[in-house]
Amino acid sequence: MLSVTHTEEIEFSPALLAQFSEIVSRYPEGKQKSALLPILHLVQAEYGWVSVPAMDKVAQFLSIEPIEVYEVATFYTMFFLKPQGKYVLEVCRTGPCCLVGAEKIMKYIEQKLGVKEGEVTADGQFSWRGVECLAACGFGPVLQIGPEYTFYENLTEEKIDKLIADLKG
Amino acid sequence: MGRKLLIEHINVPGINTLEVYRQKGGYRAVEKALKTMSPDDVVEEVKKSGLRGRGGAGFPTGMKWSFLAKPEGVPRYLVCNADESEPGTFKDRHLMTYIPHALIEGMIISSYALGANVSYIYVRGEMMPQIRILEKAIAEAKNAGFLGKNILGSGYDLELYVQPGGGAYICGEETALIESLEGKRGNPRIKPPFPAIAGLYNCPTVVNNVESIAATVPIINDGGEEYAKIGVGRSTGTKLISASGNINKPGVYEIELGVPVEEFIYSDEYCGGIANGKRLKAVVAGGSSVPILPANLVMKTANGENRLMTYESLADGGFATGTMMGSGGFIVFDEDQCIVRNTWNFSRFYHHESCGQCSPCREGTGWMEKVLHRLEYGHGKLSDIDLLVDVSKKIEGNTICPLGDAAAWPVASAIRHFRDEFEWHVKEPMKSQSTNYGLANYAKPIEKAVAAEEK
Ligand SMILES: Cc1cc2nc3c(=O)[nH]c(=O)nc-3n(C[C@H](O)[C@H](O)[C@H](O)COP(=O)(O)O)c2cc1C
Ligand code: FES
Repeated sequence: MLSVTHTEEIEFSPALLAQFSEIVSRYPEGKQKSALLPILHLVQAEYGWVSVPAMDKVAQFLSIEPIEVYEVATFYTMFFLKPQGKYVLEVCRTGPCCLVGAEKIMKYIEQKLGVKEGEVTADGQFSWRGVECLAACGFGPVLQIGPEYTFYENLTEEKIDKLIADLKG
Repeated sequence: MGRKLLIEHINVPGINTLEVYRQKGGYRAVEKALKTMSPDDVVEEVKKSGLRGRGGAGFPTGMKWSFLAKPEGVPRYLVCNADESEPGTFKDRHLMTYIPHALIEGMIISSYALGANVSYIYVRGEMMPQIRILEKAIAEAKNAGFLGKNILGSGYDLELYVQPGGGAYICGEETALIESLEGKRGNPRIKPPFPAIAGLYNCPTVVNNVESIAATVPIINDGGEEYAKIGVGRSTGTKLISASGNINKPGVYEIELGVPVEEFIYSDEYCGGIANGKRLKAVVAGGSSVPILPANLVMKTANGENRLMTYESLADGGFATGTMMGSGGFIVFDEDQCIVRNTWNFSRFYHHESCGQCSPCREGTGWMEKVLHRLEYGHGKLSDIDLLVDVSKKIEGNTICPLGDAAAWPVASAIRHFRDEFEWHVKEPMKSQSTNYGLANYAKPIEKAVAAEEK
């Protein structure tokens, strides 16, 4: 579902716009819509999620209709359509990882953070969710944290404790 | 020790850099192809090699290339499929992380063979670190004159770009991938037209898996005939196998096709046996989509022959008693694993990943997930088991793309081979919540079928 609670206009920084333009140059003339996914990733890295005003601006930039951006942003699971915690722990929940304890790890994270899947901790620092196979099945359980999608493998409860402590800084 | 053609140097420090990659013989194949071979010669070598697509379908790569339409004045594209999302599969990530230049070199050779001047590597969006690695490798290659205009004075131009996905398994299906690369939802296209005629931007396009493309490097270096000497029958060359689950040494292994499955599971060169001294219960040999096999059909075929890691041997017995090589995602289950739970988990995956275009897949995957959930949690009925078989049959073959089949096969095969365990979940709903069905008869040697013996 698209969140329409944030409706104020946004302006992309010149640096971000320069990155958008470089991406557009990778495709043939008139095929700038191909830049949509890479640009949405950049927007999410900048703002932490993808808001409707941001999508409208992207549509304007690419000379496409806003609906063309909405339908894409809602299709792909990586794009957050509402604000998240500063760190989103995305834990693989698929079969091979479950053979080596992913379900226990998810329960532990839930308990440790004190929030349910998809919710944000009171201090705004963390949220978590289960995601599908991350192509690291031999090193499970695994989790990733955007926007750089840093990877944490062979997770144990101790590793989760350390990770969360480190992120809290 | 089997020969390694793709990841031989994976442990060499700095092999991710152009400099060390070249010290180890890297980019020789590009020089050879661009300086001494015509594009058609390259296609010919790949045909001779017998290389079959490593993305899952196993279609001969050289043949696929020869189908590419070449209308005058229309650009052609090569798109590398690095969407790697099939549960159990993590070989492409491995190769791109450690030896990115193997993929870049393969992309140059393959693009040259196909006459593509702009090529894309579509990497699943979660692999942001790999995207950075590839971009760095591309910049290095360009600096060294292996990309850009007039490569090595050959007159051939190539630009190579990396495109991130957005987190959608379906975008591994080649026409969905093309849609996604065009900035759209990943809805698979109706074929025909095939991408070879009308793919990216409606132009002739070849989509190949990372490993298929990287394999062109040793094929050009050593010649297709040399490559074809490795392996058994129509399963030539080496293959990266992603090994996961309850084994001592999970990881990515390069095998010569033809290694016995038993050796792959138990030898220290590969998986190193079942972890914690447990016994083997089941294997999914080629990624979550392929039929699951009980222990007694893993090492031997129904005819009692040794099962080998080849396309043919894994498929021996058809779906009744065999499986498929698929993407080489080898998932091992020990005796403590619950097949019902795993089947439910896989069907949740397919339901989550269905693009929603075709009703049989969109609705059917949801029903299968729901019914499996109630069986797993002790609320199922015996008739649910046949209901699952029925739903899976109604999905199979009735969808635009093979995701429907991929969702149906794991369910159908789990019930085919582990029906007792499903029934136990119904008959012992309380017990099934606190304990599991265990190994039961699943490792007991199969009685050789009389008909098979007479053959
Ligand atoms: C649902 C679905 C997902 C797929 N995912 C992948 C994938 O992640 N990587 C891949 O190389 N091929 C995948 N494929 C197979 C591709 O459609 C295509 O056959 C392959 O990329 C061709 O390359 P190859 O001939 O080199 O194997 C998938 C197919 C389907 C139906
Ligand atoms: S199942 Fe978790 S990474 Fe593949």
